Amino acid sequence: MSDMFKPEPIKRPFLTPGVIILLILAVNGIIWIILRFGFGLGAVTNLDNQHPWGLWIGIDVAAGVALAAGGFTTSALVHIFHREDFHVLVRPAIMTAMLGYTFVGIGVLFDLGRYYNVWHVPIMGNSNSVLFEVGICVMTYLGTLYIEFFPVVTERFIGKVHLKGFWKFLNHPIDAILRWIDKFLEKTMFFFIILGVVLSCLHQSSLGTLMLIAKYKIHPLWQTSIRPLLFLLSAIAVGYPMVIMESLTASKSFGLKAEMDALRRLGRFVGPLLGIYLASVLADMVIRGTYVYLGSITKESVLWTIEILFGVIIPMRMFFWDKVLRSKTLLYIASLMVIIFGIALNRFDVFITAYTPPYFFKTYMPSIGEISITVGLISIEILLYRALVMIFPVIAQPDKNYRPKAKYAIRGVIQ
Amino acid sequence: MGTSRRDFLKIVTAGTLVATGVKNAAATPVNILSDDRMGVLVDATACIGCRQCEYACKEEHGLPTGNLEDYADRSVFEHERRPDVDALTVVNQYPNVHKDEPPVTLKVQCMHCDHPACVSACIVGAFSKQENGAVIWDESRCIGCRYCMVACPFQIPAFEYNKAIEPRIMKCDLCYDNRTSKGLPPACVEACPTEALTFGKRYELVKLAHDKIDNEPDRYFDHVYGEHEVGGTSWLYISGQDFSTLHFPKLGDEPIPGATEPIQHAIFKFFVPPVALYALLGGIMWLGKNKEESEEEEE
Repeated sequence: MSDMFKPEPIKRPFLTPGVIILLILAVNGIIWIILRFGFGLGAVTNLDNQHPWGLWIGIDVAAGVALAAGGFTTSALVHIFHREDFHVLVRPAIMTAMLGYTFVGIGVLFDLGRYYNVWHVPIMGNSNSVLFEVGICVMTYLGTLYIEFFPVVTERFIGKVHLKGFWKFLNHPIDAILRWIDKFLEKTMFFFIILGVVLSCLHQSSLGTLMLIAKYKIHPLWQTSIRPLLFLLSAIAVGYPMVIMESLTASKSFGLKAEMDALRRLGRFVGPLLGIYLASVLADMVIRGTYVYLGSITKESVLWTIEILFGVIIPMRMFFWDKVLRSKTLLYIASLMVIIFGIALNRFDVFITAYTPPYFFKTYMPSIGEISITVGLISIEILLYRALVMIFPVIAQPDKNYRPKAKYAIRGVIQ
Repeated sequence: MGTSRRDFLKIVTAGTLVATGVKNAAATPVNILSDDRMGVLVDATACIGCRQCEYACKEEHGLPTGNLEDYADRSVFEHERRPDVDALTVVNQYPNVHKDEPPVTLKVQCMHCDHPACVSACIVGAFSKQENGAVIWDESRCIGCRYCMVACPFQIPAFEYNKAIEPRIMKCDLCYDNRTSKGLPPACVEACPTEALTFGKRYELVKLAHDKIDNEPDRYFDHVYGEHEVGGTSWLYISGQDFSTLHFPKLGDEPIPGATEPIQHAIFKFFVPPVALYALLGGIMWLGKNKEESEEEEE
């Protein structure tokens, strides 16, 4: 390998014109959040008894979980399947998954009518409820992601704890604790890595089981009993496009050299993964005979076609094409297509647009407040990403004298 | 060196135990379907649209009732209404398919399913099917996620969107607290001036409904709505015309939870699939590690 990459905190000014726009959107979102908590869901959202779930569940939660799949897919690839050549991508992937899931949790809290009762879930949970399983898995996985990220924190602060004045006496104990945690995590991290992958597979699929109970209310194009499998396959397929998109965005934004070598090799996985997903979707369609709904132009048939054509078929062809894998722009476009049309639109369709209640008086359109809060949350997430990569050694930069730290493994009996 | 294989197994077992512990603590509702469960038979051919049931229901549940005289105003029938946070039952009017006959009126409310989707869906077990047939909601558990509303095939639970704190899920509770749990009929049944509503044991009501249809085949359409729909409901309807013309949803006979509970239970039966996946991934990780080590030794 030519250059070794060493993760380091990025040194750039925090404020740029883009950041200022994000700050404005974030403040706007926060104002609406205050209104939501002050005056209730009815004051801010267009939700009603016909449409109990809207933009926040469709995008913030359902799409948010799917798009955070970069974390478990990358950590599985590197740590479980021992593809060390992708090591530079693990830390950013884990960090974005951690941020993503944190904001899924926050998004859920905004949507809950009695958010202050959320602690009822682990103690009163109803194990027949799919939502309970999703909730527990997401909560546990969020904790797992924080643990998986923690070595980055210890790496940043071990030997660098310099509290001033009164707090000075804490310097030594904190350093000792960090060192102890670091050693402990080094030995046990394999457990959390495998746990993270198992939990992800569980809740990514269960998220698809969630709307099966709405049975007759969901359009047949989307209502299938293999929905959990389709959600799992599409989440696995979108993991690497997310990593590629984030990596290219970050390198562009910080003016760094893109890790094109690793990204190109990562891109080679995407075509086959999308292929498996597409084959499952089409097989399900043929078996259930739902292609009849594509015969006429309706809202549903158009959305389904956009989802599959622009979100799966075209990007799949692109990822199989060497010219695309070699071009930053084309790789970026292909990844974005999977993310926006293949996954975000699919999740929004399954949860929101395909949902038609039996007594239907008016169509649901997200309100300004709902959109503001969703956009605000995404803006805060991007700002936090920027702040975290400036504080912690996450993004790798070329360094000739660097040897990567020993990777995590199950410490078996050494012969 | 480092963690031994035994330690690895220990950690895996501990993790699994923690996870199972969480599951066992879960208050999963058990559906006790008593043979003597109660129900209400609605005979739409006897309903005169006086809306006394609406008034009685509001009064019983402490909701603002307005003036009793206003309930005689039939202009409310111009638009189809749905049960909402301020009216747990509503009477609607539908055109009569038999020409020259007056329009059909009937009340709608929670059907009190025998296999309720809301009970299966609720994340914290706030819904439960009582032994007497009532499906009720427990305010002290609810977290306001509104998954019950997504699940309900009859689109019944209503949510108090305009309350910032303690919003409630509002739906007919079959007057469980003060009436049906003590053997008294629900307020609406008591208020009904005709014999449109009959409160009784469900199996007797099913028989009564079929007897009525058999005795007067010209008067009734041969379908007891709720006898088989989504596995059966405590509220049963008979009318002079097809229920699709009365805007009743066309539903199959399988209980709604049958769509999700088998999948859930298959995945979590003794945690076999998650543990197996864990073991598989652990195995791959370990084998890869050993392979790499032997390669390093060769170098």
